[in-house]
Amino acid sequence: MTPLLSVHDLRVGFGRKPQANEVVRGVSFDLADGETLAIVGESGSGKSVTALSINRLIDFGGGRITGGAMTLKRADGSLFDLMGATEPQLTGIRGAEIGMIFQEPMTSLNPVLTIGSQIEESFRLHRGLTGRQATAAAKDALDRVRIPDAARRLKYTPNQLSGGMLQRVMIAIALACNPRLLIADEPTTALDVTVQAQIMALLAELKRETGMSMIFITHDIGLVAGIADKVMVMQNGQAVEQGELNQILDRPRHPYTQHLLQDVPHFANGSAARVDGQRDKGEHMKPALKVNGLVVRFPLKSNFFSRASGAVHAVDGVDFDLMPGETLAIVGESGSGKSTTAKAVLGLVRSTRGSFSVGIRKASAAQSAKPVQMVFQNPYASLNPRLTIESILAEPVIATSGRVDAGTRARMASLLERVGLPANSLQRYPHEFSGGQRQRLCIARALMLNPSVVVLDEAVSALDVSVQAKVLELLVDLQREFGLAYLFISHDMAVVERIAHRIAVIYAGQIVEIGDAASVLSMPKHSYTKKLIAAVPTIDRRREHFEIDTRQVPSLVRPQGFEPAPARWEQFGGDHKARVEG
Amino acid sequence: MNYLMRRLATFPLVLLGVSILVFVAIRMVPGDSITAMLGTEAGLLTPAQRDSLAAYFGIDQPWFVQYWRWIGGILHGNLGISVTYGRPVLDVILERFPLTLELAVLSMIIALIVGLPAGIFAATHNEKLSDLGVRIAAMIGQSTPSFVLGLLIIYTLSAGFGVLPAMGEFAPLWQDPLRNLSQLILPAITLGFAFAASVTRISRSAMLDVLSDDYVRTARSKGASARSVIWRHALPNALIPVVTLSGIEFGYLLGGAVIVEQIYALPGLGRMVLDAILQRDYALVQGAVLFIAFNFMIVNLLVDLAYVGLDPRIRLGEQ
Repeated sequence: MTPLLSVHDLRVGFGRKPQANEVVRGVSFDLADGETLAIVGESGSGKSVTALSINRLIDFGGGRITGGAMTLKRADGSLFDLMGATEPQLTGIRGAEIGMIFQEPMTSLNPVLTIGSQIEESFRLHRGLTGRQATAAAKDALDRVRIPDAARRLKYTPNQLSGGMLQRVMIAIALACNPRLLIADEPTTALDVTVQAQIMALLAELKRETGMSMIFITHDIGLVAGIADKVMVMQNGQAVEQGELNQILDRPRHPYTQHLLQDVPHFANGSAARVDGQRDKGEHMKPALKVNGLVVRFPLKSNFFSRASGAVHAVDGVDFDLMPGETLAIVGESGSGKSTTAKAVLGLVRSTRGSFSVGIRKASAAQSAKPVQMVFQNPYASLNPRLTIESILAEPVIATSGRVDAGTRARMASLLERVGLPANSLQRYPHEFSGGQRQRLCIARALMLNPSVVVLDEAVSALDVSVQAKVLELLVDLQREFGLAYLFISHDMAVVERIAHRIAVIYAGQIVEIGDAASVLSMPKHSYTKKLIAAVPTIDRRREHFEIDTRQVPSLVRPQGFEPAPARWEQFGGDHKARVEG
Repeated sequence: MNYLMRRLATFPLVLLGVSILVFVAIRMVPGDSITAMLGTEAGLLTPAQRDSLAAYFGIDQPWFVQYWRWIGGILHGNLGISVTYGRPVLDVILERFPLTLELAVLSMIIALIVGLPAGIFAATHNEKLSDLGVRIAAMIGQSTPSFVLGLLIIYTLSAGFGVLPAMGEFAPLWQDPLRNLSQLILPAITLGFAFAASVTRISRSAMLDVLSDDYVRTARSKGASARSVIWRHALPNALIPVVTLSGIEFGYLLGGAVIVEQIYALPGLGRMVLDAILQRDYALVQGAVLFIAFNFMIVNLLVDLAYVGLDPRIRLGEQ
């Protein structure tokens, strides 16, 4: 039987000499009707370029297809040559036979048009529907992606909907004309893990309903287990391995596939949690950081003159302590208040209430007056491109009115060596380093003042998966060596499992569960923790059926003077406790 | 609506600031209206005559008294009497304003009709020869002084071919529209040329930005045609900088275009203000500057309201 899509020796290049700058170098695959192919790879592997070549959107992105053949079997059974097609022919294929969804739902919809008109456009283009018919079709399309209250939502503009909702709208647009092939380019990467689970469930369900084929592009090999029939692993523009799902996951042959499966953090329900440096049971240790009743509220005012009508309760009564040499991970979804907590600890936002105490280590003579330092999420944006590495590392010393002397220079050199960067880095500029190296620089900068606590706000989230693993290793080594306490803010359970001793789950500005990592991850007690953990994709959960849950995150806006009820806790052995619900 | 009221409430404050500035500034210029009016004959005045003239014009008082009287008059709708014209300032301004307004509107229409499509064309042919051509033309348009262009147009069209009358008594639009247009079209082209060049450059760069946005890729993935991608998806998102620029340029044009009015012998606001400054016609200068400032604020307000129409994410007056 002829496959729906056949790609043979695809080559794509960029720039003025595309032949010399190929980023896809001879990729071949077949996709049968109703089949799902997952393309897995890290950034720069050529997976997205491959996807964009199929519907020839790459022509608009500066790429040029330099060789190969691509054939699509059309609905009437005729074969369509995607390589030789003219642009007008291709506009008849895009949207009608090949639908596509993208990574960033927030930017993928036109901000000035209502979502209704954007869905209707597909029906107008390929079905010739206009007016009331098109509106009715658009409403059905929204119903199909399980958006509640569809008729009213048609009149919304994209800024009025959340990221998860927008991705559903994108799916509705892509599937409006029942294409037989859906290309999904990292469709859940920008979304929270529970929202990701819902989108994955929706895609699986729609695929069952319509019998369409799908090409699913992702960097997360854990995610493919739930949806793919076949897997293709890409590295440096080439498909290094492809085959059936079970064969790739269970008996990977290529070293790179083995590396992706073994060395990269995968979630393992707490069994991979750290066992070193467990909390000293004796009470003689002084915490490196103690936070008591932290509250951060942002007053809401309708205009400059009026009084606050309410407040956003970003953080609403958070307590924890952090021992030297220990990692406390704060996990939660976007808007849960985890980053605000970190910023309040550093004094970057003013806390409304609550107290902090920071323990100063006695052993270290070089202990500075700034015992809390931070490493940020985006290593590209957090290093000043105009400063040399030497100036960047000197900055914390200068900022605390220290002198840059021989001792400082010696510390720079030793820290650079310690984080695994060459000694000649000092005179170089940030752009000469890769993302992983930059994050190592950020870590070195944070350690310049010999802090006792390092706040790591999504510090590995922007890195490729294999780089992530190495930076995590470095962090663990540094922690052992310097006795550092880490406050590790993350949404990624697999990463948290590798580095945390203790985990605090934060939801709507409050900690709902806290305890040692293995216990929280293997025996979650609070319903939100359970939901969060159930949503984490793992390679063991193959074709698992996700429940579609359209509940929204509760609003954090409270009336003026509102105080949450005091928390009641239930203990579950050790220091594992969860908030009583109800 | 609420927002509109609050914006309008700030107008008097701004006008108050402008009025003090212009009042002080024009009095810092050496010379006075009596000398300017009488020229060398001013030297023949006896001190007593000079004093009585000064008292007649009210310029014998300290400046804050003069200012207080002037502001008091404005609150009663009286901008004062022009020394040179011997008529109420407001009448003189309103007589000149229709021409200036018409010229500004015509220039803007020309600028948008030419500049917007040129900018879009250049953006969609990025880095091609035709793009380069448009960019060079825009560069020339922006760097040609208006008196050079104005003289060039007069020379080639009027003198060379004898088409379109460029001179003669000015006919207001409502009396003789055809004659009015034939008189104004050349000045409007002269002004619109540089304006169109700016519009071309800004719409080109705005379109280039927008065309690489994610939602444009989405539109293409739906199968939208090249035309629909440009006009329906990209252009509305690229219009905000174009509207901003057009608003500023239009606001300037409402203050009069001295050089172009001079070349085409048009009785507009620009020449009137220039003459008033040379004649030390304090009341007329002050009145005209306030009037121009007020127009500028109205244009700014309209631009902000246009943003709301263009982009649903913009909500005016919210924190």
